[in-house]
Formats: sequence, structure tokens, C-alpha cells
Amino acid sequence: MSRFRVEIRVIPRPGLLDPEGKAIQSALRSLDYEQVHEVRVGKLLNLDVEAASKDEARDGAEAMCRRLLANPVTQDFEIDVRDAAEEEIPA
Amino acid sequence: MRVAIVTFPGSNCDYDLYKCVQLVGGAPEFRWHRDVELGEVDVVMLPGGFSYGDYLRAGAIATMSPIMDAVKDFAKSGGPVLGICNGFQMLCESGLLPGALLRNRSLLFASQDVLLRVEGASSIFTQDYQAGQILRMPIAHAEGNYYADDETLDRLESEGRVLFRYANAAGKTVDSANPNGSARSIAGIVSESGNVMGMMPHPERAVEPILGSVDGLGLFHALLKHFAPLGAL
Repeated sequence: MSRFRVEIRVIPRPGLLDPEGKAIQSALRSLDYEQVHEVRVGKLLNLDVEAASKDEARDGAEAMCRRLLANPVTQDFEIDVRDAAEEEIPA
Repeated sequence: MRVAIVTFPGSNCDYDLYKCVQLVGGAPEFRWHRDVELGEVDVVMLPGGFSYGDYLRAGAIATMSPIMDAVKDFAKSGGPVLGICNGFQMLCESGLLPGALLRNRSLLFASQDVLLRVEGASSIFTQDYQAGQILRMPIAHAEGNYYADDETLDRLESEGRVLFRYANAAGKTVDSANPNGSARSIAGIVSESGNVMGMMPHPERAVEPILGSVDGLGLFHALLKHFAPLGAL
């Protein structure tokens, strides 16, 4: 078994009104960042996971998203898996 | 009418419900979120509040509580389940009701009285009201913006499952009367089988004149009447 760092990004589904994103966009515009057409605000979850392989870690995270971490009615999710050991090798 | 009121860590309307059920002559009993059985009850009520601090999504973590398996079984066997505010959020999160409750359009916590138009008066929850009747009761939530895709909304409407909408005193569902941005001004819905109901406004806080309205009483009277013939009293 190895340790993996699983990064899960939960974001509002396209087309869904995101009032928080809209408020941030208008604040950015008040700072003259006119180039920002849209802001979507989501949630980032970092999991420290034990699994036999990267695929197993990913499958587990997907199941967690479907069962609890994301609401399928309103949210999409993206998952990135990295080998924790690889990360700890000093540069 | 024996009513199980489930308390979660962070529930804050459980005692209001308890008192309200007593007021109409029912027999309330508390259940704890860690309980695994509901016992012999006629109705289950999920109270308002901020279970688990609204972490992750309002109501999401509560649906993983041990008691929720019993609540789901009770609902699937036809038992009436009423979810108010945070309870409504739990019912959507658990899949017992369609849709989801998003952050209020204003991004603000909304604590105010609202007017509701009774849409469906034939459910076991609303049979004491008349269709079109205007009710006053409070809301107190930050995530009460009802959302479902158009197909689901069309279906809810065509099946008469929208029970309450936010409206003005003239009974019009104008945007200015919609306190949170809910799709089609929806404030309360019922399941396909008719026995699971969720609403954001608080009928249990509108049951005595001192509270400013008694319009919520009808909902509890309706349930009581439904169970009185069974000798549950």
C-alpha cells in the first residue's frame, strides 16, 4: 500500500447561478479588472489517502464524490492524484 | 399522533417542533442522530438548524447519520416525513426529495416573515388549507434557494407537487416576494409518493398569536387529523 495525495475540486455546474462568483467578479471589476468575464467559486479538498495504486486512489475518490463530497444536482468535480512519496523526494 | 423529532448536532428548532406538536394534541418524542431505530411512530420530523455547522453543504453530513437509514426506510414504507429548513436540505441531500438548496441569491442570511401561497391543498400536509390561501410565516436561512433542472421543475408542477410558493399579499409570485431566488418561487414540495415533504419557511414558528402568526398551525392540524382515525391519539 502507498500513500497518495488526492486533490478534489468541487465546482458549481455550468449554467448554475453562482452568486458568490458574481459578487467577486463585480469586486474585481471595481478594481478595473474588466477582462474577467466570469468567476465560479468552488471548494478544494486535499485528501491523504492510502491505496494499492494511483487508479485505486482515484476510484476511491470518485466514489466519495458521488456519495458525499459533491452534490450531483448542482456540482461537478475534478480529481488529481499524486504519489505522496514522489513529492517528498528532495529536489 | 406519535411524532419522532430527530435532533442532530446543531439542530435548533427541535424544541419548537416538540412544543408545536404538543400544542395540536400530538405526542412528540426526541430521537438522537446516533439512534438506529425510530420506534413506533406515525410521523418523523427533521427540524431546522445548522447541523454540523453546514459544513460541506447544508444538510449533507447529517444525511450520513445512523438515524437516517431508519428515516429512509420509514419514508420508503409510506411513513410521513416533514423536513423544515435544514430538514428540507437534508431531504434533498438524501435523495428523498428532488433538487437542492443553494446559497441565497443575495448571499445574505435571510431572517424575515414571508408570505406563501398554498399551491397544493390535497396533500396530507396541506389538506387543512385552501388552494390560493396566503400564509405568513418566518424564514431564517442562508441556503434556501431551491434549484432543480427544468425537467424536474416541470414534473413537480405537472404532478401538483409544489405545495407552497413565495408570493405577495395579492397572491402574485413576483420576484420581489421571492426572498432567496428559488426557482419558480418554490418554497415547499412533496415527494412523488406524497408522504415526504420539505419546506424552507418555519410553520412551527407560526403557531401562537404571540409569535405574530398562527398560519403554520394548519399543517400540524392536518397531520393530526390524518392520524386521529387510526386511534393514534
